[in-house]
Amino acid sequence: MSETLKVKQALTGNEAFAFAMKQINPDVVAAYPITPATEIVQIFSKYVADGEVDTEFVAVESEHSAMSACIGAATAGARVMTGTSSQGLALMHEVLYIASALRLPIVLAEVNRALSAPINIHCDHSDTMGSRDSGWIQIYCENANEGYHSLIQAVKIAETINLPVMVTLDGFIISHGMEVVETLETDVVRQYLGKRKPLYNVLDYENPIMVGPLDLTDYYFEHKRQQIEAMKKAKDVIEEVITDYNKRFGFDFPVFAEAYRMEDAEYAILSMSSAAGTMKEAVDVMREKGEKVGLVRLKVFRPFPYEVLQEFFKNVKAIGVMDRSDSVSTMGGPVFNEVRSALYDLDTRPRIMNFVFGLGGRDFPLSDALYIVNRVKELKEGKTLDFVEYVGVRE
Amino acid sequence: MKKKGWKELPEGAIIEKVPTSQEFKTGSWRTQKPVWDPNKCTNCFLCWLYCPDSSIILKEVNGEPKVSGINYDYCKGCGICAEVCPPKIKAIHMEKEEF
Repeated sequence: MSETLKVKQALTGNEAFAFAMKQINPDVVAAYPITPATEIVQIFSKYVADGEVDTEFVAVESEHSAMSACIGAATAGARVMTGTSSQGLALMHEVLYIASALRLPIVLAEVNRALSAPINIHCDHSDTMGSRDSGWIQIYCENANEGYHSLIQAVKIAETINLPVMVTLDGFIISHGMEVVETLETDVVRQYLGKRKPLYNVLDYENPIMVGPLDLTDYYFEHKRQQIEAMKKAKDVIEEVITDYNKRFGFDFPVFAEAYRMEDAEYAILSMSSAAGTMKEAVDVMREKGEKVGLVRLKVFRPFPYEVLQEFFKNVKAIGVMDRSDSVSTMGGPVFNEVRSALYDLDTRPRIMNFVFGLGGRDFPLSDALYIVNRVKELKEGKTLDFVEYVGVRE
Repeated sequence: MKKKGWKELPEGAIIEKVPTSQEFKTGSWRTQKPVWDPNKCTNCFLCWLYCPDSSIILKEVNGEPKVSGINYDYCKGCGICAEVCPPKIKAIHMEKEEF
């Protein structure tokens, strides 16, 4: 048991993110408000106004500018954070790649929301899935408590491997829902994080460097290869940081994925974020009926922890993968595609299907969760099913 | 020069030594080259003023600036120097470049 004093607070997801940011006390925050993430920087800007943080707050006119300002500050060695959602993240898209390629450990508090059109402010994962190839580490949290702690861990992860990290919470479901969050003391957080040791500093005029030069055919490939290597190493860093955090402060947060009742599972569901809570309930209901079903909640989506999933699923006969977005590829969602690819090399390959659900904040009741478990049971029993089903959509 | 592999490059795509365009010799782009005649030159400096590549070399002689030649490492052969050289003087003319 850790002796660190922990304080229980009732916070919404946005408040938990903002409170973590206050304790982190970044050097620079540049942000633009967007529903449902508005509150994160709205609350944080109050901390700035009240002098509770030393942060330089840059109020910009768009998310593209927000991320650009973050990049500028980070190249000068500052600890930098921002928050956004949906269209805002999409508007940052171009600059996200620059942040990761320049190896800047920017931390982004992201609230998952659907992308237009039609305009929809509610939860789905289309926004962050659109950024999945941008070279950012992506951590999907189940609840506000995990979001709070993951944001603090994200700073450590980012600054150890020098890659940017986005930590996500489901829009409204978590961002605006209130729950008990077990927070650390501010001193403890600041001591844990220490000062950022930047890879380079563009303002160091004693040792001048050039950042973001033209690469063309000569060196671009080599630089990309280097970035891929950093993402590979990020797996070790993520494991070390979260394991150390758990030990230090007395928690048991999962590293890459959480296994729920998987010990003797014959079939399983893979879910992410808040839907995993409902799925756990469905697993419990089925377990009471004697069904050997389990759940794996995928937490880190980038880098993709395929080795971990291979280990979890090596003895499972059938899997249902849940996607809260669709890649409109006619081949199911992004999580499904990657999980299916990860399991291709298993000696006994499980049967696998995809469930696209909850788009645009469509409610995901227990009855739908139970439907999914029952479909995967049918799959396990040998029934032929379509490889992708859309759950909760009106026919 | 042997190009570096990905393991040898500094992280973050930075360039550790601040480069200047002086290291990037662009003279080979030329198809025509300016030829300067020191005997005709009146040191009016119009060529120096108009040269887009700072390729006209000035040197100090007895405390006075004088044109002393053309830097072919960077001269792209645009011909502006020959064009602006006063017509009665014609101290610079263009010739076909052969490398």
